[in-house]
Amino acid sequence: MARVKFLCDADRCIECNACVTACKNEHEVPWGINRRRVVTINDGKPGERSVSMACMHCTDAPCAAVCPVSCFYTTADGVVLHSKDLCIGCGYCFYACPFGAPQYPKVGNFGSRGKMDKCTYCAGGPEADSTPAEYAKYGANRLAEGKLPICAEMCSTKSLLAGDGAIIAEIYKERVMKRGYGSGAWGWTTAYHEGIAV
Amino acid sequence: MRTYLAHIRSIILALAILTVMAPMPVLAQQLGPDGAPNPTASVVPEQKLLQQSPRIEGRIDIPNERARVLLQPAGRQWDYFHEITLHWLGAIVIVGMIAALAAAYLIIGRLRISKGRSGRKVLRFSSFERFSHWLTAASFVVLGLTGLNITFGKIVLLPIIGPEAFSSMSEAAKYVHNYISAAFVIGLMLIVALWIKDNLPQKVDIEWIKQGGGFIKSKHAPSGRFNAGEKLVFWFALGAGAAVIISGCLLIFPFYVTDIAGMQIAQVVHAVIAVLFIAVIIAHIYLGTLGMEGAFEAMATGEVDLNWAKEHHDLWLEEQLAKERLAARSGQSSAVPAE
Repeated sequence: MARVKFLCDADRCIECNACVTACKNEHEVPWGINRRRVVTINDGKPGERSVSMACMHCTDAPCAAVCPVSCFYTTADGVVLHSKDLCIGCGYCFYACPFGAPQYPKVGNFGSRGKMDKCTYCAGGPEADSTPAEYAKYGANRLAEGKLPICAEMCSTKSLLAGDGAIIAEIYKERVMKRGYGSGAWGWTTAYHEGIAV
Repeated sequence: MRTYLAHIRSIILALAILTVMAPMPVLAQQLGPDGAPNPTASVVPEQKLLQQSPRIEGRIDIPNERARVLLQPAGRQWDYFHEITLHWLGAIVIVGMIAALAAAYLIIGRLRISKGRSGRKVLRFSSFERFSHWLTAASFVVLGLTGLNITFGKIVLLPIIGPEAFSSMSEAAKYVHNYISAAFVIGLMLIVALWIKDNLPQKVDIEWIKQGGGFIKSKHAPSGRFNAGEKLVFWFALGAGAAVIISGCLLIFPFYVTDIAGMQIAQVVHAVIAVLFIAVIIAHIYLGTLGMEGAFEAMATGEVDLNWAKEHHDLWLEEQLAKERLAARSGQSSAVPAE
């Protein structure tokens, strides 16, 4: 089994937000929840870069560690998933997540956040694969159909890469070698305890 | 001459502006060989940005302030605090306190009323004082247990009752914790209002500590209404209570006042203070029940035995008896009809 990862090549991202829209559409994500988002650094200044960010499906995922009810699990592919049946909406995963990935239907007072929602790497949840029950809670399960996450598949500049971590790292390295520059694999050191040396 | 001074002034002003600007992160616009800005070379790498600030933030189209934070590696540090530091700290402080009290019980044993009971009762706490105490106490126990469940439940309870039952229970516990907190705030405010006057430090407190605080049988530790030990518990409860209430308010209204770093700090403060608070209150419960004969009735019926009061709160007892005598005398004089 491969260890799947996300990689955003910020030197290619044009901040079109197609990944955000595709994700929302694919999974029928409710209003207010953004499983993926695009953040622009140094907007309007020299060195401006946009980075598409969602759950990075970390190695030793901090959300899973801090969860008071242990509702997270990691699949054989390295995808970090959680059970909405067990989630109590305490909000701790948001404090622990380096990438701001966990989302809640409400940011309510007195702990009324509702069940946490986040990027599933298009891999559904604990329910049986590709069932209506799974779709209602977690969205489409593209991985079960042999497809990669819709955000990366949709990316018009192929800035966002998804797939086997070793392969996408290799693609990124080749790009950097060829074009002669690269701002690095954003978030990799924090998520996977390793960057990509070029 | 005047223009010369004006020149110097403007130079000083320029230098001042430069020194102010110098520490700001320089977004160096690197130029290509043709002198034009080179868009590919001027990017600041992630690691350099993280050295400049603990978080990388940018602009975002979503109308959500929190979503602007692209990267906050502090999440992993908070994870370490919550899963390693807090687990060890909580276990050591709470289990350590219970072990210390068990040892105290085995070695010193129950502190008896040395002269035995006199049979005469003195009112120590009014019914309103007892209500305030038990409001605070009952809510504290509920908050303590539901709070400990968030940190230790998955280690202690989850393997026993299974994930579904544990999740349902923890969700209920979360709401109980969030709403019962109001009772604790009211209880603590009442306690402080009622007892702050009698808990102000006095000279006799030093003497009480010197005489071993009532733990040494051969010595007598003098005390007013509250002894130095009780005063310490009072001031600790006030300080720790304020800390957990303020940090708790930040946590219960997430991101209203503070950002992600503030939420993490609020949780750290809330958890650390709460764990210490629980340990101190365990000692307080021990001394009020098992540890000392005649102490619990002060909070149960409100009345204590005269001999207990003599041993533990002699100065307060004198005051009370003086008041009683005064009341009795004035009562007598008014009862006797004028002839």
